[in-house]
Amino acid sequence: MKVTIDGIEIDVPKGTTILQAARMIGPEVAPPAMCYHSKLKTSGGYCRTCIVKVTQGSAANPTPMPKPVASCRTEVMDGMVVENFINKEVLEARKGVVEFLLINHPLDCPVCDQAGECKLQDLGYENGAASTRYEFKRREFEVIDIGDKIKLHMNRCILCYRCVKTADQITNDRVHGVISRGDASEISTYIENVIDNDFSGNVIDVCPVGALTDKTFRFKQRVWFTKPVDAHRDCKVCSGKSRVWLKGEEVLRVTARKDQWDEVEEFICNSCRYDHKKTSDWVIEGPSPVNRNSVISQNHYEHLNQLKLQVLKQQKALGFMPLDKKP
Amino acid sequence: MGRKVLIQNDKIPGINTLEVYRANGGYASVEKALKTMTPDQVTDEVKKSGLRGRGGAGFPTGLKWSFLAKPEGVARYLVCNADESEPGTFKDRYLMEKIPHALIEGMITASYALGAKVSYIYIRGEYFYVLRIIEKAIAEAYEAGWLGKNILGTDFSHDCYVQVGGGAYICGEETALLESLEGKRGNPRIKPPFPAVAGLWGCPTVVNNVETIAAVCPIINMGGEEYAKIGIGKSTGTKLISASGHINKPGVYEIELGLPVEEFIFSEEYCGGIRNGKKLKAVVAGGSSVPILPADLILKTANGEPRLMSYESLSDGGFITGTMLGSGGFIVMDEDTSIVKNLFTFARFYHHESCGQCSPCREGTGWMEKIIHKFINGTANESDVDLLWDIQSKIEGKTICPLGEAAAWPVAAAIRHFRQEFIDIAKSKKFVDISHYNRLNKIVA
Repeated sequence: MKVTIDGIEIDVPKGTTILQAARMIGPEVAPPAMCYHSKLKTSGGYCRTCIVKVTQGSAANPTPMPKPVASCRTEVMDGMVVENFINKEVLEARKGVVEFLLINHPLDCPVCDQAGECKLQDLGYENGAASTRYEFKRREFEVIDIGDKIKLHMNRCILCYRCVKTADQITNDRVHGVISRGDASEISTYIENVIDNDFSGNVIDVCPVGALTDKTFRFKQRVWFTKPVDAHRDCKVCSGKSRVWLKGEEVLRVTARKDQWDEVEEFICNSCRYDHKKTSDWVIEGPSPVNRNSVISQNHYEHLNQLKLQVLKQQKALGFMPLDKKP
Repeated sequence: MGRKVLIQNDKIPGINTLEVYRANGGYASVEKALKTMTPDQVTDEVKKSGLRGRGGAGFPTGLKWSFLAKPEGVARYLVCNADESEPGTFKDRYLMEKIPHALIEGMITASYALGAKVSYIYIRGEYFYVLRIIEKAIAEAYEAGWLGKNILGTDFSHDCYVQVGGGAYICGEETALLESLEGKRGNPRIKPPFPAVAGLWGCPTVVNNVETIAAVCPIINMGGEEYAKIGIGKSTGTKLISASGHINKPGVYEIELGLPVEEFIFSEEYCGGIRNGKKLKAVVAGGSSVPILPADLILKTANGEPRLMSYESLSDGGFITGTMLGSGGFIVMDEDTSIVKNLFTFARFYHHESCGQCSPCREGTGWMEKIIHKFINGTANESDVDLLWDIQSKIEGKTICPLGEAAAWPVAAAIRHFRQEFIDIAKSKKFVDISHYNRLNKIVA
């Protein structure tokens, strides 16, 4: 099936979604996605950041779709024409979605463990406004433990449902889900139940924000001061292929490997994640690729120049004078 | 003008019992359909009748039925949406309460057309006493052989069940209704697939409003072509209107589509004019989610033609000067009504009822309510009007289900037609009495 996204045509198999097709072309046309996760079935459709405009439904029926569609849940049709970054309406709508996601977000990045590898930070940086128009009290929840290894900061949650789908599809005893309704919705466990099974730790990796964090890593180190390396070990439960975050010789944390879209490649078991925190436990393969615009790349010289440019751009947008230009 | 086909018998004593209902021509459509027609012929009659969905969207029913996938060996379902929760709408309640058998008769006939062996009536949680009435009617129908195995000695067997909802507005959205019916949390599904392909338990399903299903009976009885003669243009048949607000005679009226709005509001036969001799200020014509229209635009279209109670006439001029027939919740406001206060009620409702699945609706509805509340307590600025406009435009059309639009449209229309009222409050910083809402809040707390 042929589909054109932002003027670039690509041939994709039947059943491909617009988002997947856009990712096949490359990051220059791929819409951002917060709730879609390629390894989780029926994920996506909730956050609405990946909305695009379909200007031609298909070759057979060329009428445009009346509303912007969620690209992660819309399958391509032969001859479909999609506009993403070239459509002002889409960019404006996306800006609105980012604003909605941020109005109740605590913006506590300075004390949040996710800072530096947070998808909401990236999204806000790329599509958000410099200041907020929201003047009311933000939503607040208690910080709770779900299980002895996972901390839940509901304040930061954007209700992407990824952890719910993970618990549904990866683990065998799902005990957590969404309770309450509307903007009072929260991720929680039923009657203070704890999450206890071999793969429960994966909810940390799929969380795009700092809502679910690893208690064994909390407040140990900012991620950009750690060195991620790809490593493996013999594991009977999972494949053992993980990403190990080092500080000197010390293993600070273990996560699943993520692809260039920041989505988990292979889920790992809790034993790998929590119990193997010695360098000798792992066979190190080499440094992990880090190719994001965020501050996490700071230790990676190849992206330094690009990062400086981005910072300059943002400062200009905010009306700041660059430091060296100050009188 | 003024023909009635749905609730013409509502004043007959005992019409809620099978005996009296049958004596007044009830279940004739089941007899006619099962004994003399094939399922496709029934669908064809409905197509010919031009019947449009009475739940709000106005989609042609016959077309919806013909979209139903019919794979071999897979069950099909008919689901009746009786989760009538739109503020200002109470027509289905009236119909089910007074003539419950009209719904059950329609369910049997429609199920026959669709080939559904099982059908469900999903009834709103707050309508608990109506549930009892429907349950009693279903029991009577089983006893008399209208439901169950081999109805009227034919091959057609049918079972009808009632399911009561938990009282969530969102469960009136068809896919959320199906989720709830399956016993899950009532969150709308992401479409496609549409229910006609994968609905209840993954099987092809048709979801119809109570009034739509009840209207199938007169269509089969009189024939689709004859039914299409009632009404005007593409708005065929009759419509139940729940009239409320500052009128002399609030209630449920069956009107023939095409009735002038002016006649509906002011004639003695229907609403009987504005109460206490006040002037008409504005009308919400089809339930709280459709755009509000000021008096001049509801009585006459932008071209100066008289506005009629029909799908086309009410939506004439788009949302700039028009509105929608919607579900028929006709709310009339007199000159003393504060549009801002009214809007606050609506915004509060949508904030409360948002399911929280997708971000624009989850966050936006609450934000809008908070800003409108600033107007109510007199702390708003003029710039808040523009902010409100911007927020609604960023919700509309960006959500999974139509609740986003339902929340955005009233805000947009109130600002579009009554902007000055917002500006006046913002300028004068005048406090509007909201004792009524405070009382409500206390009860909730």
